[in-house]
Amino acid sequence: MEKDWLDHGITILVVILIFTVQMLITTFLVLFERKFVAWMQVRIGPNRAGPWGLFQTVADALKLMVKEIFVPRGADRTIYMLAPFLTVFPAFMAFAILPIGPSFEFVHGDKTHVVAIQGANLNVGILWLLAMSSVAVYGVMLAGWASGSKYSLLGSVRASAQVISYEAALSLSILPVLLWTGTLDLQEIVAAQSGWNWYAFGLLLIPFVSFFISGMAETNRLPFDLVEAESELVAGFHTEYGGARFMFFFLAEYINIMTISAVAVTLFLGGWNGPWVPVQADPAGWQVALGVLYFFLKTFVLLFLFIWIRATLPRMRYDQLMSFGWKILIPVNLVFLMVLAGLVVMQEVGAWPAGFFR
Amino acid sequence: MGDYLGIVVMAVLALSFVGVSLGVSALLAPKRPTPEKLDAYECGIVSDQESVERFPVQFYLVAMIFIAFDVEIIFLYPWAVRMRALELFGFFEMALFVVVLLIAYAYILREGVLDWAPKRTLDRETLMQGFRVEADRAKAALSEQDRGRKSEAA
Repeated sequence: MEKDWLDHGITILVVILIFTVQMLITTFLVLFERKFVAWMQVRIGPNRAGPWGLFQTVADALKLMVKEIFVPRGADRTIYMLAPFLTVFPAFMAFAILPIGPSFEFVHGDKTHVVAIQGANLNVGILWLLAMSSVAVYGVMLAGWASGSKYSLLGSVRASAQVISYEAALSLSILPVLLWTGTLDLQEIVAAQSGWNWYAFGLLLIPFVSFFISGMAETNRLPFDLVEAESELVAGFHTEYGGARFMFFFLAEYINIMTISAVAVTLFLGGWNGPWVPVQADPAGWQVALGVLYFFLKTFVLLFLFIWIRATLPRMRYDQLMSFGWKILIPVNLVFLMVLAGLVVMQEVGAWPAGFFR
Repeated sequence: MGDYLGIVVMAVLALSFVGVSLGVSALLAPKRPTPEKLDAYECGIVSDQESVERFPVQFYLVAMIFIAFDVEIIFLYPWAVRMRALELFGFFEMALFVVVLLIAYAYILREGVLDWAPKRTLDRETLMQGFRVEADRAKAALSEQDRGRKSEAA
């Protein structure tokens, strides 16, 4: 179907909406995390800026904007200035490909238009996400290297080793889903999980858990935040950053957490699927809204899990981190993938009936 | 362009967000650099050293192993998508590939590339034995001295 100006206009509108929602959720995620960690530690948390401290993040952002921007003497000027962009840009881009709600149709004139609640329906789908997370490593690495400070350099060297190690585990735990559905298209992956066939409820529970753990390491969250490790590295790779540039690193971290949760929801928890929202050609308006609501509800559950784990677990030691990634996650995922491939092939060949396991 | 329109719009939005916040910051923020402020952070003291240029070789090794694994994963992706069509042939081909990689992995493990903790080469028993040898030697040296002193006295 040829796309006309109306379709393009809708796409632009949807992307602007996604961007706004992304910013809003990130803003309140920061506050939510601070409040929640405070409650878990029997503190009150931010309570001055606005009712219940609702505007705390906005106030923080404003404060960071009016802080002095300077480049340290030992720094490599160009790269030092460029690194925050390299971190925050892919963070924004990664979220654009996720299907947030069911597609619906409407008729305008004599033509039927399909509205997908998704920034862009790429046929490479999940590969785009991996590409963006790979680019984000450069931001962290270059930020530390260009700062000209010991703490930054050590933090960034640790960061790159950690992030690439867990990226291997992350990519390996996405593979079983692709193997199962036989497509990279995220819309199709969500449609394949309609009803209660969420992948996390079957054999694919193992890659789901592994995806979540490597996602935590990939976004440098506790218990894997050795990149920042205040007690030993001051602030890790962004020690020398302040003002608006620090804000970009901070923002990127929280956007990444949200993206990882949303991807986990899309791949393993059925995306926007849920009761009363069937996969069909033309859903009603309230079903679309409900689908979007399900998507964000599931994402919030995972985000809560992120914060809960952060408040509960102590930081790992670096050698524990590396051996956990390389000696447990990667081999387990590799072996699980081959076992699953064996099961699927046996089913294809006809060793047992289809739907024998899930 | 078609499908990539959304990506382009997102890129424009992200860039303009970054640009606007940097612009606002440049307008509002003060600019008063001092030599101390421009120094690398050193917990309050004046730094007398450039930033470290050497770090453990294991970081390089991890980068190299990562390349091996990442290339493998790149091969796994198209295979996983088309696996049902490739059936048994595809499965055994990929199994062979993975087994070769696992052999390399076992070699890496045996060489201790992935052991980040300090190596414990001595167990307790060997250590104690070493102490005993040392103690015996010291005792012998002492009695030697004693003997020397006695002969002097005599």
